[in-house]
Amino acid sequence: MYKYDKIDQTNVDERVAQFRDQTRRFLAGELTDDEFRPLRLRNGLYIQRYAPMFRIAVPYGMLASRQLRKLGDIAKRYDRGYGHFSTRQNLQLNWPKLEDVPEMLAELATVEMHAIQTSGNCIRNITTDQFAGIAPDEVIDPRAMAEILRQWSTFHPEFALLPRKFKIAVSGTKQDRAVVQAHDIGMEFYLDANNQVAIKVWVGGGLGRTPILGSVIREYLEWQHALTYCEAIIRVYNLHGRRDNIFKARIKILVKALGIDEFRRQVEAEWLHLKDSPNTITEAELKRVSQHFEQMPYEVLPAHNASFDAAIASNPAFAAWVKRCVHPHKQPGYRAITLSLKPHGKAPGDATSEQMHVVADLADQYSFGELRVSHEQNLILADVKLSDLFALWGKARKHGLATPNIGLLTDIICCPGGDFCSLANAKSIPIAEAIQQQFDNLDYLHDIGEIEINISGCMNGCGHHSVGHIGILGVDKDGSEWYQVSIGGKQGNDASLGSVIGPSFAAEEMPDVVQRLIDVYVQQRTPEERFIDTVRRLGIAPFKARVYADKDVHKEVAHA
Amino acid sequence: MPSSNLIRGNAIVANEWTCVTLPPPAEETVRKQAGKVVLFKLTGEVSATPEQIAATQIPASGKVLVPLSVWLARKQELAGRLDKGELGVWLDTHELIESLVEGEADLNDFPLIGVHVERCADGRIFSIATLLRTRYGYNNELRAFGDVLRDQLFFLKRCGFDSFLIRADRSAEEALASLKDFSAPYQGAVDDQLPIWRRINRNAL
Repeated sequence: MYKYDKIDQTNVDERVAQFRDQTRRFLAGELTDDEFRPLRLRNGLYIQRYAPMFRIAVPYGMLASRQLRKLGDIAKRYDRGYGHFSTRQNLQLNWPKLEDVPEMLAELATVEMHAIQTSGNCIRNITTDQFAGIAPDEVIDPRAMAEILRQWSTFHPEFALLPRKFKIAVSGTKQDRAVVQAHDIGMEFYLDANNQVAIKVWVGGGLGRTPILGSVIREYLEWQHALTYCEAIIRVYNLHGRRDNIFKARIKILVKALGIDEFRRQVEAEWLHLKDSPNTITEAELKRVSQHFEQMPYEVLPAHNASFDAAIASNPAFAAWVKRCVHPHKQPGYRAITLSLKPHGKAPGDATSEQMHVVADLADQYSFGELRVSHEQNLILADVKLSDLFALWGKARKHGLATPNIGLLTDIICCPGGDFCSLANAKSIPIAEAIQQQFDNLDYLHDIGEIEINISGCMNGCGHHSVGHIGILGVDKDGSEWYQVSIGGKQGNDASLGSVIGPSFAAEEMPDVVQRLIDVYVQQRTPEERFIDTVRRLGIAPFKARVYADKDVHKEVAHA
Repeated sequence: MPSSNLIRGNAIVANEWTCVTLPPPAEETVRKQAGKVVLFKLTGEVSATPEQIAATQIPASGKVLVPLSVWLARKQELAGRLDKGELGVWLDTHELIESLVEGEADLNDFPLIGVHVERCADGRIFSIATLLRTRYGYNNELRAFGDVLRDQLFFLKRCGFDSFLIRADRSAEEALASLKDFSAPYQGAVDDQLPIWRRINRNAL
């Protein structure tokens, strides 16, 4: 993975010094709340319901074991001994003290980490596919370009104070796993007819209050122009995006208001001036950064391993884990594995300090000392030998990291919700836990098969509810918490936004609502169909009919 | 007590320019969006009525920095001042720089252009400066004024400002330090157009 040189280290060290002084001035009364807010936000610091929330950047989800140990130590020393991995592949701590944050940043800087631009109206953490570099279906490893984008966007002076937050995702596979269509800018890398790296650029996607999939602004962009083209897009947005209404300030609203054709015309006119300017990426720079992402020193191994095959045959629990948590790898004899942070009845995406240390040890022992955070809020060991899987499983299981539910109903994507977040209308974690308890039977879960449930505590959509096969959104009605349910959303190449099935529900109704949706699917599915396929074939009507079959409609309409 | 809050380059200097402002509009309307008072004007929104422009008082002598709308409407009256080198023009972050550029043969006829930022969170100021410097070839003094605070100085400098009038209630002396917040920025910008990988050989570090 990328290792800092003197330049990178200087930048994070100077950032620590800057924020230390800003915090000092705020505590001394020299900065008002309004003046300090944008400064703390761009260092990942929110003032939350019970305490500040501090979001640490994990650029494109890559972590070294020593970094994860440091995260575990920081969570223990300055927080309550656990952290929450977010859908932007970052780590959030929910109970730090404001006056400790400069020291936490200083500790992070010792392991080449920071919280730069993890919040605020600026370019946020660049995200990508958690299987980048090892996926068999990968065309281009997007991580070098993600790192180049990270450096370019760090303290970008012209884009330091945008109308609203700005998220960029990159992907290098045919099957998109980075949700590029749901980002302010999405970049899909591919090989053109001459075998040169090219980029398909999407703009104006986003979840949140007004979920919308991005539009293609350019089918073909040579990779050298990635930065200058982003500059053209963001300059048009910086000048013309709405600042008068926070709910209409994302680039998607500007793209929609102008229409993609007019927006494209303005961007292309701007780009004419920027094309080939010094921020154009050179072969040498791409090569320099790419060296950090070279293939691991793999052993030459056969594609099969007898002890692994035997363990699968004799141990059903291991076989179930392999089925759900082990993923193909381009190198024969290797696999990627997901350590589930979704044990039933626990907050999705949470890991304790002890678990972070365990995972760091597992990474050192089995996976070249590296790991990744997925946007589904799990941890990935990307390079494990087949022959090590059984031993690894045993250790992961002992620490609650081997729930065989990846891609299944209980692998719920969930924001921190009203338990922690001051933006939330409703709690989300207890809903996830209640659903997990309702479906706490592995055979049944495997029978239901692949399904994604996404829960957000408010329409800001941190839990990506609008692309959940089942999406659950917390809403506030007259001061009480209700949940709106949508079905038919999906991430990936054939992304779609879910449709709301009807009036919202009370918290205690939610496990039964999900149960009814699943019942309809199980009865109506063809042998090959996943939940999403059945929804797409039948539409929402039969699901809606079942869920509301015995509802007192008058009462429901009252809080619709 | 320093007599000036103006930073030019890396030093505090006296402010020779009188900033001319528009008289307030006849009636102030409070606009609301989503229940909140609108704090930012949309880019391109009209900023002054003909009455305000006509009523704007301009000192008869000395260096004056006049609003863009006043300059555009009263060019003939002010042309002599420009010839004498005692007229600069300022615009708000919501005003279109194209409306300034279109009517001028050479922006460098102005010894000073100012950009007024009403709220420090308004990042349009950065693109406006970048365009003035790179697209429209403006080389003379470029001044940020209004809600100008030290924590934006580094970005303002990188976008081409070389003159900063720090908000009156804050110390320009202390703000000077923030011009040096970062020593090795990654990306090319106005002050140094080369990104770090074109400035130094990072392979050798």
